[in-house]
Amino acid sequence: MGHLTQGERELALLTGALLLALGMLMMVMAWGDPLSVHGAMFGFSGAAVMAVTLRGMFAPAPDENRFASYYDAPSKAGIVIAMIWGVFAMFIGDWVAWLLVFPEMTFDAGWASFGRLRPVHTTGVIFGFGGNALIATSFHVVQRTCRTRLPDQFSPWFVLLGYNLFCLIAVSGYMLGVTQSKEYAEPEWYADIWLVIVWVAYFLLYMRTLARRNEPHIYVANWYFLAFILVVAILHIVNGLAVPVSAFSAKSYSAFSGVQDAMTQWWYGHNAVAFFLTAGFLGMMYYYLPMQAGRPIYSYRTSIVSFWGITFFYMWAGSHHLHYTALPFWVQTLGMSFSIMLLIPSWASAANALLTLNGAWDKVRTDATLRFMALAAIFYGLSTFEGSFMAIRPVNALSHYTDWTVGHVHAGALGWVALIVFGAFYAATPKLWKCERMYSPGLIEVHFWLALSGTLIYVFAMWNSGIIQGLMWRTYNDGGTLAYSFMDSVNAMYPYYIARAFGGLLFLLGAVVGLYNIVMTIRTAADTLSEAEDRPLGPILEPAE
Amino acid sequence: MEFTHETLVAFSKTFGLFYLIALSIGVLIYAYRPKNKERFERAATSIFGNEDRPCR
Repeated sequence: MGHLTQGERELALLTGALLLALGMLMMVMAWGDPLSVHGAMFGFSGAAVMAVTLRGMFAPAPDENRFASYYDAPSKAGIVIAMIWGVFAMFIGDWVAWLLVFPEMTFDAGWASFGRLRPVHTTGVIFGFGGNALIATSFHVVQRTCRTRLPDQFSPWFVLLGYNLFCLIAVSGYMLGVTQSKEYAEPEWYADIWLVIVWVAYFLLYMRTLARRNEPHIYVANWYFLAFILVVAILHIVNGLAVPVSAFSAKSYSAFSGVQDAMTQWWYGHNAVAFFLTAGFLGMMYYYLPMQAGRPIYSYRTSIVSFWGITFFYMWAGSHHLHYTALPFWVQTLGMSFSIMLLIPSWASAANALLTLNGAWDKVRTDATLRFMALAAIFYGLSTFEGSFMAIRPVNALSHYTDWTVGHVHAGALGWVALIVFGAFYAATPKLWKCERMYSPGLIEVHFWLALSGTLIYVFAMWNSGIIQGLMWRTYNDGGTLAYSFMDSVNAMYPYYIARAFGGLLFLLGAVVGLYNIVMTIRTAADTLSEAEDRPLGPILEPAE
Repeated sequence: MEFTHETLVAFSKTFGLFYLIALSIGVLIYAYRPKNKERFERAATSIFGNEDRPCR
């Protein structure tokens, strides 16, 4: 609380009070509906915010000179929260992987069924782990690259904590059976509205920080972060358009129906991959990789071309999720063409990252943090190639609905997204807590090899099982009927499901090691460093004014 | 004019094509224009100042 000014404390108190009042209203009016549980969660959060604010209401005012230093507390909190989400959601992911091996492991409970736990995993890793990592690193990167402090102390906390409230509402909702049945957009209408409010605050905060910059040029990482924030807002609002059954019911119906609904969903779904899982993390890569390698990005100009390529091509690729459906043929072809074209800016980005390492490969060998980022760039190149390939209609005929898709997603999510996050966290943590290095470089090595072997085992298992599945589903016998029943193909998956769950377990163990290393770094971080060392270019340094 | 599926198809097959090509050319010119070379080189190295302290 000591960071917030008097006005910001009042604003926090008001926000808490509004949240409490709204939560209570939801809880009482929707009694008996799952919405009341979420009302209670809103209310409890509001009460917690009020309690914390009131306790610190009369704490000393923040330093007058605060604009001469960066505001990193929200980034620090975001890193720890992201790692906790990561461990939790990867655990759930491995749990559902074992559930496929031992399907009876549900304790006859609805919440423990595959259908409810799977979105807990996907939301937890994408939004809980990935989203918090993006928020934390974007705050860190935008301040450093613009050489300015975040404009205020309230909105970063509102964004970070409000976003986590959304994640908790989403995940708890799935276990209660609340879903609007849209993949990666499962949360119901009220959670969607809350996320819009949080996200608009995020966008405004980012724009205000850019407006305060002391660096004339907006560094490319910020472009990617901004594309991520802006486009995710657009996608989320359009795909989330729905009419609730009543103001106090968790259930809603989509504004779209039939093939339009499917197209809107996969326009959203694929652009979630593009702008949530790619653009934001490219922003991360364009800052932390050159910093860690100690070399500027190989070609800044190519990074600009790839930026516009990625933002404008991805928008049209979503229909490749709907090959051989009721979607008009030309729309399918459009999606396929743009998916293939996407290989150009994607590989330009991957090559740009790897060429940046030319002359720094000795560091890649000795520095596991940089190796995380280098490997992430390689996996980015691999999975974007695979994605373009799978979007080709006849290839999709083999791959669609099989485990190959799951393998592809995890090549991207584990190999690219998670590895770049771990690399960025290992680079940012010592800087944020002002210590020389991570608690244990050896544990970073352990984490690296666990993550790499886990990813490889996972992806190879799914390639095998996916292609076998696809072939079994399309093999005909001499009589012209299918040679295998569906159950035959399920039984054939058994060894691969065990391998996949084992690979996932290794990856999870790596994340646990990472969390431990980060926590120990924080605990042992010397508190001897002076605050005076860490300041942006602020008005205070220009006495001539 | 009646707004039909065909109208939309015609629109995306003409305007969609041209604006994307124009955008691509525009971006390429902007990025590779010799005049901008120095500016982008400076931008690429701008992140390296002491990141804990103000500098330019």
